[in-house]
Amino acid sequence: MTEEHAEHILSYGKLTTVWVALLVLTAATIMVTRVELGVWKVWAALAIASVKSGLVIAFFMHMKYEPRLFRIILFVALFTLAGFIGGTFFDVLYR
Amino acid sequence: MSHLEKDSFGAKLGMWLFLFTEMLLFGGVFILYSVYLTRYPKEFGLGGHQLDLVYGATNTVVLLTSSLLAAMSVTAIKTGAKKLTLGLLSGTVGCAFIFLGIKYLEWSAKFHHGIYPNSPKLIAGPPGESIFFSLYYLTTGLHGIHVIVGAVLMSWTAVMVQKERINAGDNVTLENVTLYWHLVDLVWIFIFPLYYLIL
Repeated sequence: MTEEHAEHILSYGKLTTVWVALLVLTAATIMVTRVELGVWKVWAALAIASVKSGLVIAFFMHMKYEPRLFRIILFVALFTLAGFIGGTFFDVLYR
Repeated sequence: MSHLEKDSFGAKLGMWLFLFTEMLLFGGVFILYSVYLTRYPKEFGLGGHQLDLVYGATNTVVLLTSSLLAAMSVTAIKTGAKKLTLGLLSGTVGCAFIFLGIKYLEWSAKFHHGIYPNSPKLIAGPPGESIFFSLYYLTTGLHGIHVIVGAVLMSWTAVMVQKERINAGDNVTLENVTLYWHLVDLVWIFIFPLYYLIL
């Protein structure tokens, strides 16, 4: 890690902006799933949920301002979870 | 001071490692859900339509707001605003109680309709429906336990702030407790569409 970790304090304004974005995305996910899109609404809802999680992790959980090591282990964890999901579905769908 | 800096780095790293195990725990429950969804799509659809979207959406807004207040409390403590920190923490705990209250109303309505684990109605019905509601109670129950734990931790942190054991210079405990709270919010971000929206 090259960069020195200086303490970063998020402003109330920025946090409120993130909160508004989260509420807008919640409204969007409710609306998009009220339309009959078949399997696409599952993907749309999951995509929106992922964007919301990204916002919560990056700003509320401060991940954007943490040392790189934190992001590396986050991706290791997500990759592991994705591996479990992928492996399970490979079995369920092609058994 | 440099010693303190190092400590808070380690404390946060440890907290994140714990949060990853929590992600994998809830990830496992979500895998169960999706596997049974592919096996019983019709029953899951019928089950999902019995859940109340208004309760689910209200609780989403309540949790997102509590997450905002928790994140703001970290800003407040770092800028030395003790009173504001305490106010924001009380707001977060208040939201946790509102969430649990709504959950109580939701669960009681289901119980009233004879829908609870091992209820005669579910045993007599198709297996897919009983699996759906078992997973619903398992997932929201496990999440509810996390909400209770989070509220207790948050209240304990508020006492520490009041005693100035957590202050502008040393506040990694507050940061870690809010990280836990955000995880509770993150899990709900996935529970809400999976149970209330997509079916």
